Amino acid sequence: MLRLIARRLALGVLVAFTVMTLAFLLTRLSGDLAVSIAGPQATQADVEIVRKAYGLDRPLYVQFFAWTGRAMVGDFGQSYFFKDSVANLIQKRLPITLTLGLVGLSLALIVSLPLGILAALRENTWIDRSVTMFTMVGQAVPSFWLALILMIVLGLQLGILPISGTGTWQHFVMPGIVLAFTAIPALTRLTRSGMIEAMASDYIRTARAKGLSRARIIFKHALRNAAIPVVSIAAVQLGFMLGGSIVIETVFALHGVGYLGWESIAKNDFPVVQAVVLVLAVFYIGLTLLADILNALLDPRLRTG
Amino acid sequence: MSEPIAIQAPQPSSIGSSRIGTAGFAIGIAIVGLVVAAAVVGNALVPQDPFTQDLGNRLKPPFWMEGSQAGHLLGTDQLGRDYLARLVYGARISLLIGIMTVITSGLIGITLGVLGGFFGGRVDDVVLFAITTRLSIPVVLVALAVVGLMGSGLGLVVATLGLLLWDRFAVVARATTMQVRNHDYVSAAWCAGASTSHILIREILPNIASHLAVVATLEMALAILLEAALSFLGLGVPPPLPSWGLMIAEGKDYMFFSPWVIMIPGVALLVLVLGINLVGDGLRNLLGAERLR
Repeated sequence: MLRLIARRLALGVLVAFTVMTLAFLLTRLSGDLAVSIAGPQATQADVEIVRKAYGLDRPLYVQFFAWTGRAMVGDFGQSYFFKDSVANLIQKRLPITLTLGLVGLSLALIVSLPLGILAALRENTWIDRSVTMFTMVGQAVPSFWLALILMIVLGLQLGILPISGTGTWQHFVMPGIVLAFTAIPALTRLTRSGMIEAMASDYIRTARAKGLSRARIIFKHALRNAAIPVVSIAAVQLGFMLGGSIVIETVFALHGVGYLGWESIAKNDFPVVQAVVLVLAVFYIGLTLLADILNALLDPRLRTG
Repeated sequence: MSEPIAIQAPQPSSIGSSRIGTAGFAIGIAIVGLVVAAAVVGNALVPQDPFTQDLGNRLKPPFWMEGSQAGHLLGTDQLGRDYLARLVYGARISLLIGIMTVITSGLIGITLGVLGGFFGGRVDDVVLFAITTRLSIPVVLVALAVVGLMGSGLGLVVATLGLLLWDRFAVVARATTMQVRNHDYVSAAWCAGASTSHILIREILPNIASHLAVVATLEMALAILLEAALSFLGLGVPPPLPSWGLMIAEGKDYMFFSPWVIMIPGVALLVLVLGINLVGDGLRNLLGAERLR
């Protein structure tokens, strides 16, 4: 078990470092950063001043090691646009994105667990087919479009929720619903197939033979086994959801890390872009590590490193 | 060692086959066929031009609403351009991006997956590492950053999405190659003196192709949705090209008074993606049936 965790941890660190390298190279794609920072009206002399001021005149590898060295200890440099340190900016915005992610995941689980169980218990009936159809449609809905539809219906016509912004808990409801929709199809299908597999297993037949009640069989025996993959995939899904929240945060003007990333891309604020890519990747790496450990804890068969 | 969950997760087989049945498959094929037909011959059938502005005729509603105009079946947008003509032209963009992205990402992912699955050992370690790294990269953010830094354009969007969406191809190609590499026909080919490249291309690839076809449908749907999202955020296909995502973005400012400006392209997007997913689901069920025999 410890060996498994150690190996995964080492892999995670290696992946994080690779992502760091890619994030650095990514922001150098535009060609000359000094030109884009200085802006369209800048003269050649201005560009040179910018190049010197931001240290862009140094060789690429020097810039890279200077950045990674400081990033290791949480110093991502200074934002060009916000006149604040990147670390501060991210620290301020991160709680919003994490709240959104947790709200989204909770809503997704509240919907997909019962739906998946129901579909599995009524396999091949119209209920099962409707649930499947629902997941197919859910997979096809563009999230930004769903966001706009919710704004029209819940925000304007019913007037029960604020349309955009950050501040109160109500601001998280609509983005949370939209984010949940990105995870519901996969989680529902997984619950369904896990439950079907569990219900067909030998231990359920034994439980039936012992004369246990149906409710006890379903909730005590089948669900516990069906939940194993769902719990671990939920952690992976949360990682994807944090990365995908950029579109939703932008539509709802919810000032989280994703929105920060979008703003910085528009403003050519490359230290922020690099840092946001890295932070989201590190969260994903951490959550998948957690998923692997959870999986091993819940299923003793996987504990051998 | 058991593989990380993140790598097991996106396999179509582990998501579980959903038995919508052959009806779903047929509906999917019909939808995709219709959109392909619209993309190919649509603008020849619709008399209006998708780019001609008519500021005197802005935001006219579609035919089922009051105040619609005979010449504009789906109404006009905020610049008076015919909405049906733009919608039909947009189908071309979505399909083009979907197909080109699948070709690019398929080439990368299948190559990596087959090599990793076939050779195992160190090669496989590298492939697994590449997949793990790719999965931890936030796709939308990186795609936005690339387009934001390099300027928007159809080719760039395809290249970016192609370089980002190969992970599922690699995962499935790797897993299925591992399954088939020990089959008798591969051993037979070895004994007959076939070269490694011959075995990979002529023996392995045809036998995993059906699984890859399912992945291709999933990736195509994903690429189309991502392009729409990028264009919606203003960093995808540049105006005046009528990408469905861009149409929704342009209609956003008018959606509270004329909701149909975002309903029409949104529903088109939903139906196309649903159709592609239904085709993929049908293919997967056909495969499942084949395996039982």
